[in-house]
Amino acid sequence: MSAVSQDVATRNSIFTRAIIYVVLILFAIYYLLPLYVMVVNSLKPLDEIRQGNMLALPQQWTIAPWLSAWSTAQIGVQPVGLKPYFINSMMMVVPAVAISTMLGALNGYVLTKWRFKGDNIVFGLMLLACFIPFQIVLIPSARILGMTGLAGTITGLVLIHAIYGLGFTTLFFRNYYEAFPTELIRAAQIDGASFFQIFRRILLPSSGPIIVVTVIWQFTNIWNDFLFGSSFSGFNSIPLTVALNNLVNSSTGVKEYNVHFAGAILAALPTLIVYIVSGRYFVRGLMAGAVKG
Amino acid sequence: MSFLKISNLYKNYGQVEILKDINIEIDKGGFLVLVGPSGCGKSTLLNTIAGLEPITSGEISINGNSVAGLHPSKRDIAMVFQSYALYPNMTVAGNIAFGMEIRGVPKDEREKAIKQVSDILQIGHLLDRKPSQLSGGQRQRVAMGRALVRNPQVFLFDEPLSNLDAKLRVDMRTEIKRLHQRMKTTIVYVTHDQIEAMTLASKIAVLKDGMLQQFGTPAEIYNSPANMFVADFMGSPAMNLLTARLEGGEGGLNVVLERPGEQPLALPIKNANGALGVYSGKEIIFGVRPEALTDPDGADRNAKSIAEGECLIEVVEPAGSDTFAVTKLGGKEVVARLRADAAIHAGQKTKLAFNLDKAVFFDPKSQLRIA
Repeated sequence: MSAVSQDVATRNSIFTRAIIYVVLILFAIYYLLPLYVMVVNSLKPLDEIRQGNMLALPQQWTIAPWLSAWSTAQIGVQPVGLKPYFINSMMMVVPAVAISTMLGALNGYVLTKWRFKGDNIVFGLMLLACFIPFQIVLIPSARILGMTGLAGTITGLVLIHAIYGLGFTTLFFRNYYEAFPTELIRAAQIDGASFFQIFRRILLPSSGPIIVVTVIWQFTNIWNDFLFGSSFSGFNSIPLTVALNNLVNSSTGVKEYNVHFAGAILAALPTLIVYIVSGRYFVRGLMAGAVKG
Repeated sequence: MSFLKISNLYKNYGQVEILKDINIEIDKGGFLVLVGPSGCGKSTLLNTIAGLEPITSGEISINGNSVAGLHPSKRDIAMVFQSYALYPNMTVAGNIAFGMEIRGVPKDEREKAIKQVSDILQIGHLLDRKPSQLSGGQRQRVAMGRALVRNPQVFLFDEPLSNLDAKLRVDMRTEIKRLHQRMKTTIVYVTHDQIEAMTLASKIAVLKDGMLQQFGTPAEIYNSPANMFVADFMGSPAMNLLTARLEGGEGGLNVVLERPGEQPLALPIKNANGALGVYSGKEIIFGVRPEALTDPDGADRNAKSIAEGECLIEVVEPAGSDTFAVTKLGGKEVVARLRADAAIHAGQKTKLAFNLDKAVFFDPKSQLRIA
């Protein structure tokens, strides 16, 4: 009797499982379709794209569009490809991420382990930075960059991004350190460790997951930023996102779709790599401290 | 000359008074236990000694020197925390040596100290492990090792055994006591477990609501509790505190206990304390510990004043080493502690012996002890 009903149950569960997988696979294909179109068309000569069948595999495989997008495509008035702008973006992103992450960690440390009167108000004000639309601060930022002589430089962009990242990084680290046992800090104090020694020796080594979260978050946001890049960059500090826009819009004559596709993938690649390499820590880090474990 | 001295200590958080007028002194090599229910301020008091929390007023001095305003690391103390607070990213050896490393002690000296401490605590085989790979008892040892290696003037223990299971707790308790006898360092120890307090302490301070209820040796606290709170808190099973009346009778005073549906039970006190006379004819609280309420054969032969009375036994609870019997006197359940093989049955009237030498009397209003 029980064997029979169990049999039915097994059959049922296989059936539901099959349906679930079919649906999931359909959705996955649907979501991957744009990427497929981009990759396939970036590997075709322009003629093939003009024939109209965007979904077909290339008849003649070529990496020429990639090379062109990287080093020779016309961007604005110069035929230099995306390479110099890629370097600009890197020079902007790496310091901005590092600075905002470090300061966020310090803020989180002070706001949880060295409480002072009004600390919650300070934290609340910093949180506000997460909700301010960037457009509102364009003009004041431009003023300050102008006054400090940083307008149009990569340093200026680093400064702006680091400051606007602080709200989020502080939030991340504060919530993570909130769950960090205060007794450890006290033990270290009795052991004679100083403010920074405690931070460096006790807190930072235990912050791996939240550092990964913060770095991914900041890297993605700053790398993908267009507004600040287009507003505050000068001729020598244009980031990749703005250059990509110029590449697509600056075509004299023919629209080289294959080059545009290749360029767009190039621009998205670093964030993709960061996410794939450290993605599994991302979820773990976001969940850390959510439940008592 | 007292070694650790706390005088007139007050501690406020904003408007809330956490500690009120604490005065405690302990000699060098003493074992002071701060005991009380949760929220009584005992951990706060320990933290103020450690310098982890500032005090509002009063003074703390260690070895004659005031430690006011001194950083925790400058007070020559070591602390063992309730959660052990082992640095999760360092090995056991790293944990033990961290303080020395901060103070710039050379490497070979550190190694020697680690070796010495790990020998005492038998954790030599664990030195390369991370705290997450240790059991509760092992973590406890490492936490003590980290304190021992400092060789401080005062050890502070903040409920160090409360995270261990019952059997391990008893083992570690003995171990701490043995360690103390060997090192002869002054210890301040916080616990809410009155048995730990009794077994370990040379002096006990009982706290409640931020006020010191009584300060004395374990025997003083146990035998002559200053008030009803201390009497009730210390000892397990708790002391029986019964509403009674004192009445003058032939040859002295009688303690009269009401009983449901029976004649009141009158117990003659042979050598009544003078202070009791004032309360003659008045209501008092009569306190008798379960072990002072036994079967007549098991009563203390050296006691001067023993009164016997027939009591209706309601429940019998054999506990192996003893048998506990519950009866009803003065409107309350009363626990008596009899020999394991005492012939006693629920629902029967049995003669019980009250050892009035050990009995204590409280004023029902002020709750303070009269005699």
